[in-house]
Amino acid sequence: MPRMTMIEAIRSAMDVSMGRDEKVVVFGEDVGYFGGVFRCTAGLQQKYGTSRCFDTPISELGIVGAAIGMAAYGLKPCVEVQFADYVYPAYDQIVSEAARLRYRSAGQFTCPIVIRMPTGGGIFGGQTHSQSPEALFTHVSGLKVVVPSNPADAKGLLIAAIEDPDPVIFLEPKRLYNGPFDGHHDRPIMAWSKHPLSEVPDGHFSVELGKAAVRREGTAVTVLAYGTMVYVAQAAAEETGIDAEIIDLRTLLPLDLDAIVASVKKTGRCVIVHEATLTSGFGAELAALVQEHCFYHLEAPIQRVTGWDTPYPHAQEWDYFPGPKRVGEALVAAMEA
Amino acid sequence: METYGPLSLHVPEPEVRPGDTPDFSSVKIPKAGSVPRPEIDADPRDIRDLAYSIIRVLNREGEAVGPWAGSLSSDELMAGLRHMMTLRAFDARMVTAQRQGKTSFYMQHMGEEAVSCAFRRAMEPGDMNFPTYRQAGLLIADDYPMVDMMNQIFSNEADPIKGRQLPVMYSSKEHGFFSISGNLGTQFIQAVGWAMASAISRDTKIAAGWIGDGSTAESDFHAALVFASTYRAPVVLNIVNNQWAISTFQGIARGGSGTFAARGLGFGIPALRVDGNDYLAVHAVAKWAVERARRGLGPTLIEHVTYRVGAHSTSDDPSAYRPKTESDAWPLGDPILRLKNHLIRLGTWSVERHKQMEAEILDTVIAAQKQAEKNGTLHSGGKPSVRDMFEGVYAEMPPHLRRQRQKAGV
Repeated sequence: MPRMTMIEAIRSAMDVSMGRDEKVVVFGEDVGYFGGVFRCTAGLQQKYGTSRCFDTPISELGIVGAAIGMAAYGLKPCVEVQFADYVYPAYDQIVSEAARLRYRSAGQFTCPIVIRMPTGGGIFGGQTHSQSPEALFTHVSGLKVVVPSNPADAKGLLIAAIEDPDPVIFLEPKRLYNGPFDGHHDRPIMAWSKHPLSEVPDGHFSVELGKAAVRREGTAVTVLAYGTMVYVAQAAAEETGIDAEIIDLRTLLPLDLDAIVASVKKTGRCVIVHEATLTSGFGAELAALVQEHCFYHLEAPIQRVTGWDTPYPHAQEWDYFPGPKRVGEALVAAMEA
Repeated sequence: METYGPLSLHVPEPEVRPGDTPDFSSVKIPKAGSVPRPEIDADPRDIRDLAYSIIRVLNREGEAVGPWAGSLSSDELMAGLRHMMTLRAFDARMVTAQRQGKTSFYMQHMGEEAVSCAFRRAMEPGDMNFPTYRQAGLLIADDYPMVDMMNQIFSNEADPIKGRQLPVMYSSKEHGFFSISGNLGTQFIQAVGWAMASAISRDTKIAAGWIGDGSTAESDFHAALVFASTYRAPVVLNIVNNQWAISTFQGIARGGSGTFAARGLGFGIPALRVDGNDYLAVHAVAKWAVERARRGLGPTLIEHVTYRVGAHSTSDDPSAYRPKTESDAWPLGDPILRLKNHLIRLGTWSVERHKQMEAEILDTVIAAQKQAEKNGTLHSGGKPSVRDMFEGVYAEMPPHLRRQRQKAGV
């Protein structure tokens, strides 16, 4: 089986989808001739022509608004917002339009669009190239929210998202584009080529939205994570020697509550990890669900390890980023409680 | 060193307020028939004047004059009159129904009937409108059943959109009427996207976007013009300038630009201003723009110059911000009256027959209302099920919504 980086896997997902269905169109800032600032769409314009893969004006509102109109016509746009930090001009189109179109028209019009965007930090991007805005989307009825953590999932989930009949927010952890990252920023960069999940089938396959994956089986404590934090949690478990069960949520909405509940009931402890800010973050929803469904199985308070409630800083990036040390401390705290 | 006095903020004000005498002397009205009609494939650079004029066909004597006349047969004109009268009668009944508590809210078209009624007749089946809340003429002129409109207004058990939307936020894919958002301006760029999709798919269909004068200030308007211009989308972009955005006069959104239509010029989009109270002129201009779009010649921006005679909605009282008699002073008159006079002038119509038709239309509207009320009104009779409230958020109901529906006990 071929090995792919996350970028190659994402590109392959779009390539396969465009090849199978001429309704699939791809556009965004710099995605056409140049192939995207992260190269995710490289070669697609040459292969499928300028009317199916093209550059747009710098207007996220325009990109998403046009995609909604195209979806209403019957196309399946898969658009790129260059950084998740830039999505806010399109927020009204996403929240008030894409998410509600099926509902408010009683199914006369639907909105099968995918909005891809690089998310998260770890690349010295400062406060405008590092944000993790997933909770702003999980709060919206009518959206689906996906965060892959490896090349195989990225391809399978993106194909599933493109084929999904409803709008999907597809957040790509940019620090994972070229290799897994466990938060040890001072160690040599790892490549995908040595990771088992970089084996990605060439052709069409999909990973069902709404299904979590257990990345490390364990009995002591459940760690709920997604995206980059999956690797940080793995490092923390290794370094503390705590037998954590690490669940990669993969899809935040719809959420695989069954997998979460089964694991927490087994371990009796829960640590929630995300890079996004703490207050009203997705971890709050997870904590509420865990106490609601597992209260009598819990042996310790639920811990949350997240980015601080500050803008994402530049110089202090590694003080902000919830690395393996902080996650490890939370694992210990959960075990000692 | 040079010294400067303190700056002061310029806030535009309408020329008159309640208690003042209405004054439209600043609205320059060209003579009917005086504005040239360019070729369909005209270069936008050669027709920039059209953004500053007003295309008019009907003159004061009720004659159709000039190069834009002649786009409609007398049968089509009769149908147009019927559509506008139907919309006005429909509005009157629904405003009353709202006052009677049969629905929560209503928005009427008084004075603006020609804009949507005439525009619809320039489109073809399969084309798509992205309307605002004041273009129900697009439905009436396409013979969408009034009963279904009322079912929606009453949010009753036969409401085609299952009680999910505020009254008048209709949706009919079959009639080329995109679901109305209620958020302003958002649909303008969507119309461009729909039109781009038609071009991507090598189709022959075109789209029309709609926006009010006030909402042109939204970023969506700018995005729509950029995208329409860049991709030469087969779309007609309509600005309905009815002078008032709730209580805010059009000068607040227009700012220092001469006209709303002129906003198209910087994008290289042909921009036409039309007398929105002239059914013939609206139709002729719409036809020109639709033809241009369908031939792959790109977008057109149309500013319909009209006047909102009624309140913004049933929640609004215009006497609080404009002179009560302002609508009588509006220099472009009443669209129904003008078409009626034209047909009388042609000899195909009479005051008697007009009265007769008015009565017939009222009967039809009342009959439709009776039928709709059998399906319920907002607070009595049949209503959409609570169980259905949870349906249709997604194609397939996800587990968390299933759990919530169970919790709600439905």
